[in-house]
Amino acid sequence: MKPPPFAYECPRDVAEAVALLAAHGGDARPLAGGQSLVPLLNFRLARPAVLVDLNRIEALARIRVGDGALRIGAMARQAAVEADADVARGWPILPAAIGHIAHPQIRNRGTVGGSLAHNDPAAELPAVMLALDAEMIAQGPQGQRTIAAREFFAGTMETALRPDELLTEIRVPALPEGTGWGFQEAARRQGDFALVAVAVVLKPDGARVVVTGTGDGPAHMEAAEAVVAERGTDADACEAAGDAAAAASEPADDPHAPAWYRQKLVTALTRRACREAVIRMGR
Amino acid sequence: MAGQQHTVRVTINGEDYEGPVEARLLLSDFIRHEAGLTGTHVGCEHGVCGACTVLVDGAPVRSCLMFAVQADGASLETVEALADGRTLHPLQEAFRREHGLQCGYCTPGILMTLKPFLEANPAPSDAEIRKALSGNLCRCTGYQQIVAAVRRAAAMLRGEDP
Repeated sequence: MKPPPFAYECPRDVAEAVALLAAHGGDARPLAGGQSLVPLLNFRLARPAVLVDLNRIEALARIRVGDGALRIGAMARQAAVEADADVARGWPILPAAIGHIAHPQIRNRGTVGGSLAHNDPAAELPAVMLALDAEMIAQGPQGQRTIAAREFFAGTMETALRPDELLTEIRVPALPEGTGWGFQEAARRQGDFALVAVAVVLKPDGARVVVTGTGDGPAHMEAAEAVVAERGTDADACEAAGDAAAAASEPADDPHAPAWYRQKLVTALTRRACREAVIRMGR
Repeated sequence: MAGQQHTVRVTINGEDYEGPVEARLLLSDFIRHEAGLTGTHVGCEHGVCGACTVLVDGAPVRSCLMFAVQADGASLETVEALADGRTLHPLQEAFRREHGLQCGYCTPGILMTLKPFLEANPAPSDAEIRKALSGNLCRCTGYQQIVAAVRRAAAMLRGEDP
């Protein structure tokens, strides 16, 4: 259970990190909080020749509000975002979801950008960022580009990032006045990855219903979004949204839960998250 | 280059340690084998069990999921920091009194998780205690005595006589 040998680079700024990734081609991996990558190294499931440690790039750890958006540096610790007062005021679904990520010891090291770039198919942050219409800022040798969350998450542990690109910032648009939100998760034990998690964001101009844990990552439940958008917040809208989300989900049996159980979770958790969001609307 | 040596300087429990390390050396192994502080235990080595929890600049982290080279310049605290000579820290005294350990393998990680927890939350509810302990596995006690020990430690640290 010891990691294989690797060359270690510790850049001090983003330009240096991007240059290192480019210089080593596909042999280098960025090291963010290490809470997923180091176990993979310890098991020797990953054997990168070079690790580019991002932990000393101070500019990447900032959390700030600017240009009407929350701007989270990719290396901001999950615990820092969970405890941030601006985040709690403007984007309260984030601390609510982060509370489901593993344990405090993990969140003290784990980063928002690391979780998004790793894109575990049952992770909380990709689902929430999709529900919040976040944008990912990526820096590569050719410059910077912005990737919408809808394009960013590309399947199990796959993202739109190219091997020589670094995720540097996550921009979360401000939520309009009167937005309601709900986050629900079921896991076998406190801190486990979700069996199913559901994020619902009800804005005055549209609904977002995102489910994760049922396949290859977070997915918009468009039929459920349409139900809520059409029927608004009447008492039965959330019931129908839960049914619509379950109809659109095709989980498979796995050692953690049978498919039928996950399907029932999608119904129940979508309804609950939706009802939470309705209650919070207009507050 | 793989195999290259890096110099690490850290403070552990107020004492300075310096040494050349390979980049792949885990912080848990640095603490045990280089610094000789074997109070920090290594359980699963993939971040699940919590036995290797230490404080890095005051925050509890899994030392098996960090490389020693990443701790360069940091201040670490391990279970050896708790007792004052032969006088046990209130957390240790409470665990002794409430039988909060049997084999003791998980205990150092649990104590280092709880120290900052009780500083931030001096009067936790049972639910909060159980949540704080969720990242530390104990296979002996069934947790009941551990929760009782945390209640007692919290009272002792508040200056009450439980």
